[in-house]
Amino acid sequence: MNREIYTITEINKYIKEIFARDVILNNLWLTGEISNFHHHSSGHMYFTLKDDDSAISAVMFRGNNRNLGFEIEDGMKVIAHGYISIYEVRGTYQFYVEEMEPAGIGALYLAYEQLKEKLEKEGLFAVEHKKAIPLLPKKIGIVTSPTGAAIRDILSVIRRRFPNIYVLIVPSLVQGEDAAPQIVRGIDYLNRRGDIDLIIVSRGGGSIEDLWPFNEEIVARAVFNSKVPVISGIGHETDFTITDFAADLRAPTPSAAAELAISSRLELEKQLDNLEIRLLNGIRNKLEYYRKIVESLAEKRAFTKPEELLSEKSQRIDELARNLEWNMEKRLGSLKESFKIISGKLESLSPLKTLARGYSITGCQGAIIKSIEDVNPGDLIRTIVHDGEIKSRVLEKASKKIDY
Amino acid sequence: MSQKKLSFEEALKKLEETVKALEDGGLSLDKSLELFTEGVQLVKFCNEELNKAEKKIEMVLESEEGFADTVPFVQEEEFD
Repeated sequence: MNREIYTITEINKYIKEIFARDVILNNLWLTGEISNFHHHSSGHMYFTLKDDDSAISAVMFRGNNRNLGFEIEDGMKVIAHGYISIYEVRGTYQFYVEEMEPAGIGALYLAYEQLKEKLEKEGLFAVEHKKAIPLLPKKIGIVTSPTGAAIRDILSVIRRRFPNIYVLIVPSLVQGEDAAPQIVRGIDYLNRRGDIDLIIVSRGGGSIEDLWPFNEEIVARAVFNSKVPVISGIGHETDFTITDFAADLRAPTPSAAAELAISSRLELEKQLDNLEIRLLNGIRNKLEYYRKIVESLAEKRAFTKPEELLSEKSQRIDELARNLEWNMEKRLGSLKESFKIISGKLESLSPLKTLARGYSITGCQGAIIKSIEDVNPGDLIRTIVHDGEIKSRVLEKASKKIDY
Repeated sequence: MSQKKLSFEEALKKLEETVKALEDGGLSLDKSLELFTEGVQLVKFCNEELNKAEKKIEMVLESEEGFADTVPFVQEEEFD
C-alpha cells in the first residue's frame, strides 16, 4: 500500500475544496433555532443553529450582520442563507451565514410569493377580468371592521364629498385567523343581495401579520369571483396584498377607496353641466342664425312696399318683426333663462308659426331670395306661406332704393 | 322619446350625441329644436338619476341564519 502522508493543513484544505465544489453546501437555506448566541466585540456573531435532534455551528460576519433588521436572541427561529465550509484552524465545519430573517415573517413572505405566482398564472389578476367600476354607484357595500380606522376614513370622505349615497356596512374581522372566512362571507352576502353595485373591501394599516387575511387565497378568490365590482383599500400606499391584485381596482388606502368609488359621480356632474351649457349654446347659435334670416326677410319689405304691399300690411310686418325680435331677445337674454323659457315654449318658435303670422319665404331654384340679384325676369319663383305655396313668375325687378 | 329603460350611462351617451349633432349644424330649425328638446329631457333625466340615490348609512346585523336586518350605522365615538 502506497503510504502518502498528508499534513493536517493539507487535509483540511482538501476537505474545504470538496465542500466548496458541492452545489448544495455552497449555497443553501437553513431553518433552525438559535442558541449559544454570542455577539463578539469584533462585530462577528457566533451561534448554534439547531432543531430537535441536531445542531450546527454558525458564524455571521460583521459585514453581513450589519444590516440585520432585527435583534437576535437565543430561542429565536430563523431562516438563514449562506454556505458550509471548513474552519481549518480547528478542523470543524460551520455554517457561514450571509443573510438571515425571523422564520415567521420569512414563512409568510414565502407563502405570499408562492400564492401570488399561482394566482397570477391562473389569471386572477389579468386585466381582461377587471370589471368596470360603475359610473354611478347607488348602493355601496363595505366589508370591514365597524370599529376600525378604515370605516371612519371611508365615511368621512363619503360624507364630505357625496353624502347622497346608500352605504351598507358588512361587519367583519379584519385580522386574525377568523378574518378571512368572514371577509369572504361578507363579499358573498353583498353579491347575493342583488342591489349592491359596488363593493369596497378595506382595513387600516398594520403589520404584515395584521394584513395577512387579505393575502389568503379564499379572500382573493372571493374578490375575483364577485359579480359586483370590488375596490380594495387595504393598509397604506406601500402595502400590496393578494386581494389588491385580484380586485377590480386597487386603492392605496381606505380613504382613497372611498374617493375612487365616488369620484366618478363628481366627474359626471361636471360632465353633465358641460353638456348642458353646450346644448344651450348650440340652440342659441341656431336661433341666432334663423333670426338673422327672418331679419333679412323683414328688410326686404322696403323694396317692395310701394308696388306690392299696402301700407297697413307693411305696418303689420313691422309690428310682427318687433314682436319677434322682442321675443327672441327675451329668450336669448341669458343661457339659463333661455333654457327654461325655450324648453317650455318651443312650440311658438316653429317656422310654421312665424309663417302663420304673415311672413312668407320666397325661393328660386331651391335658394331663398335675399336680393334682386337672386332672380331674373322670367324666373319661376316659389313662395311659401303658412298654408301652402304660390308659384309665380318674375315680371321685372328694380334696384332702386326706396326712400322713406 | 322613451327614457324608461334608459340607464344613466346610455342617457349620457345619447346626450353627448345630441349635443354634437346640434353643434355640427346643417340642421333645420325644426330638427334643431327637436334635438334641443330631447337634450333638455336627457339633462333632466341624468340630473334626476344623479340625485336619486338615497342618503343612508346602514350596517347589516348578524342573526343565527347569517346576515339579516340592517340598522342605521352609529359610529363609535373615539376618545383615544
